[in-house]
Amino acid sequence: MMEDFEPVIIAFCCHYCAYTAADMAGSQRRCYPANVRIIRVPCSGKVDVIHILKAFENGADGVYVAGCLEGDCHFKNGNIRAARRVAYARKLMESVGIEGERLEMVNLSAGMGDRFAEIAGRITEKIRKMGPNPIRNTIRPVA
Amino acid sequence: MITAERKPLEEIIEYIRPFQKILLIGCNECVTVCSAGGRKEVGVLSSLLQMSFLKQGKNLQIREHTLERQCDPEYVEELVSMVDGVDAILSMACGCGVQEICRRFKNKPVFPAVNTKFMGASERQGVWAERCQGCGNCLLGVTGGICPIARCSKQLMNGPCGGSTNGKCEISPDVDCAWQLIWDRLKALGMEDRYEEIIPAKDWRPGRAAGPRKIIREDLAE
Repeated sequence: MMEDFEPVIIAFCCHYCAYTAADMAGSQRRCYPANVRIIRVPCSGKVDVIHILKAFENGADGVYVAGCLEGDCHFKNGNIRAARRVAYARKLMESVGIEGERLEMVNLSAGMGDRFAEIAGRITEKIRKMGPNPIRNTIRPVA
Repeated sequence: MITAERKPLEEIIEYIRPFQKILLIGCNECVTVCSAGGRKEVGVLSSLLQMSFLKQGKNLQIREHTLERQCDPEYVEELVSMVDGVDAILSMACGCGVQEICRRFKNKPVFPAVNTKFMGASERQGVWAERCQGCGNCLLGVTGGICPIARCSKQLMNGPCGGSTNGKCEISPDVDCAWQLIWDRLKALGMEDRYEEIIPAKDWRPGRAAGPRKIIREDLAE
């Protein structure tokens, strides 16, 4: 059954780096898994713990927040804040029995189309191996 | 502000386990400022509870609402239409807010979701420290604006004690000696004379020592 499992991955992508990198990956004809659903944010620092938790609560199997390289944040330190929030959200997830490894913070620049595709592939494979989000089967239908 | 911290999730889960429909209420005042029980924290707790119960196969119904102020009856009245349909109320306000909800809704179980800590101030982003113990007779005018009751571990009226080393308290190198701070400030202000005045033993009756306190402003009270 696990072979049939196609994870749903939510990627919160900073407009100034990862989102552009995803675009770059497309221009370079680099493939990455269709499992990754991108949500563009003005800065990775805009992503709050609640956004991450809601993604899991609504059935996402994995989430990652993609921000600029350290020192390169368009808003100075949004990516550093995002990394702290990701670490905090992982602890919260563990406290309700959802593996913290389902959530990651990654850093890349706008020119790294290859790296974007590589990250999307690596995280999709990791989550595929982990199996579905433990609450996926009991989740209420979204209206 | 009154500071608070969210209770451990296991404790909150045990409170609400017997119930199906929960009203989770936050407060827009102090607990919002100290990131313990505002709208954002209500959302996070709601999501965590939801996931925790979903994992056990239970579909909890949580309604979220954040009041302007939970310690004032005018605002608590807003909840009337929401309370009927729920089995229990979970409050993220300080102890004052929780008790106000209990007073208003006598036939509903009400549970606290935070531990109320102290009256404090923000030292920096994400850090709050105790500054006042509500002793009822403010001493700040004679101690250079630094409170020896809230900030000296021994609540000394005339300090420092022998445990003060390099400006730190003997209980921890992270705790400033309040009396060192008082001396430094009086000196900077050229008010060293104040330090020479012996502060007499404090009358604790205006504080909690004479029982629960109440303020009545006769011009305002109805």
